[in-house]
Amino acid sequence: MATTTKQKVGWGSANVLVVLVAVIPILWIVSLSFKDPASVNDGSFWPTKWTWDNYSGIFDTSEFTRALINSIGIAVISTFIAVVFASMAAYAIARLDFPGKNVLIGMALLIAMFPAISLVTPLFNIERNLGLFDTWAGLIIPYITFGLPLAIYTLSAFFREIPWELEKAAKMDGATPFQAFTKVIAPLAAPGMFTTAILVFILCWNDFLYAISLTSTTRARTVPAAIGFFSGSSQFTAPTGSIAAASVIITIPIIVFVLLFQRRIVAGLTSGAVKG
Amino acid sequence: MTVTTAPDIDLRDGTAPTPARPKAKLSEGARAERRLGWLLCAPAVVIMVAVAAYPIIYSVWLSLQRYDLRFPDQAKFIGLENYGAVLSSPYWWAALRNTVIITIISVVIELVLGMGLAIVMHRTLFTRGLVRTSVLLPYGIVTVVAAFSWQYAWTPKVGYLSGLTGDSAPLVNHAQAMAVIILAEVWKTTPFMALLLMAGLALVPEDLQKAAKVDGASAWQRFTHVTLPLMKPAILVALLFRTLDAFRIFDNIFILTAGGHDTGSVSILGYDNLFTALNLGVGSAISVLIFICVAVIGFLFIKGFGTSAPGSEMRR
Repeated sequence: MATTTKQKVGWGSANVLVVLVAVIPILWIVSLSFKDPASVNDGSFWPTKWTWDNYSGIFDTSEFTRALINSIGIAVISTFIAVVFASMAAYAIARLDFPGKNVLIGMALLIAMFPAISLVTPLFNIERNLGLFDTWAGLIIPYITFGLPLAIYTLSAFFREIPWELEKAAKMDGATPFQAFTKVIAPLAAPGMFTTAILVFILCWNDFLYAISLTSTTRARTVPAAIGFFSGSSQFTAPTGSIAAASVIITIPIIVFVLLFQRRIVAGLTSGAVKG
Repeated sequence: MTVTTAPDIDLRDGTAPTPARPKAKLSEGARAERRLGWLLCAPAVVIMVAVAAYPIIYSVWLSLQRYDLRFPDQAKFIGLENYGAVLSSPYWWAALRNTVIITIISVVIELVLGMGLAIVMHRTLFTRGLVRTSVLLPYGIVTVVAAFSWQYAWTPKVGYLSGLTGDSAPLVNHAQAMAVIILAEVWKTTPFMALLLMAGLALVPEDLQKAAKVDGASAWQRFTHVTLPLMKPAILVALLFRTLDAFRIFDNIFILTAGGHDTGSVSILGYDNLFTALNLGVGSAISVLIFICVAVIGFLFIKGFGTSAPGSEMRR
């Protein structure tokens, strides 16, 4: 591609602008987390005096450590179950002919667009009656439900690109359809499943509305909910440093995923929706 | 044909006629495929029905009750009274107005910025990885974290942006608070819009661009006459996804203003009715009304889409 110097400079500065806008708000919360409590109100972008106190502070409280364990446990379990169930459904959608397929696709699409608040009120009452309120299961169940449509869409897009002749070959060698699925196709599908798992994990990790509505104690409260209520206590003694430190901790997994799997995440997000 | 085959089935039940045999065998294979299909979909369907379809029906039932959590014994059927209470309340209309304003403004800004970003990501060759990685950060970051970052950025004396508004704190003034909420929303979700648009951009054949260039079309003409028409399906899908997503805005508002200074969305109103007013009946009526709004938006979009609705390719 023949590009002039002028064009190069143009695209280059556009790139720099994009990177800056994306990164500055994140650097800001990182900077806040290293600010000494006395200098939080100095208004400078970078800390004048760096300190680890905010981090040691939050790890001293069970309120944060417990929330972190809840966040990790709930997101990992929800992701695992959603991806397993979605793989089965996506395989059926991509490969098999059966009545009701369109109903399933329509239902998944509908749930993906569902306003979460519409489910919070009934789920709150149902979970209280079933004893699921303020438990891990009480959050895992709605997370699976909202992870499933995303996972089914992304996975069926991936599954349609798998060389299915291999499945036929396996069946000719005497494998049942189920064996063909678990022995031949599942390993080929693993990269797509991994990408889907990242997307579903981000979805669960991100949730705030269910996390504050379906929990009431530290038993199942996740980090976003915990820091959401950190601030609620009083506007004037807002524990800025602690919130910033907790925020940075829960942003680390996201940054790691994005740095390591940028290509996969982009492929996953774009394949499901547009390529169809 | 029908006259001859119909008695065939009745008469020779045990000794099936030869032409029917391959058909029966085929349908057996199809039946097995059907069974496997249903079996594989069953867990996903059961969960989605139990946790999404059933609660929404239950929510409709709850919305027809007088049901205050402080007085659960006094629950009773009152018909559409809760809907009357919601629809005649200025709070509902204020929340709906805020939601519509936030949705329209942020989606329009996102479409423009997202298109620019998509072109930058599509065109950039040598720093592509860096740009895409940075763009994924806002998408992936927890909304609550991003909202706190924006809140502190605008807090007087604390934030790096607070100087821009002079001495006034933007989060205590309706118009400015709305602007900050929209800014936070746009920052967080433009990357998603841009990625969807970029996928559409990748489907525009390079040859067409070159041909238009040879014919003397300017860059802008090429964009409006070649690129945009071909991207229409991708644009509509991105708009639908983002509109419905923006309509349920909750996290950003909860952290930035908690709905104060008349900045609450319908989701904030629903939450407050449930957890502050503890009114399950009215809260459910709000939930159902939000659901109806979303269904109407979705319906209008899909009507506008025609065949390019998401998932239509899957149906084939």
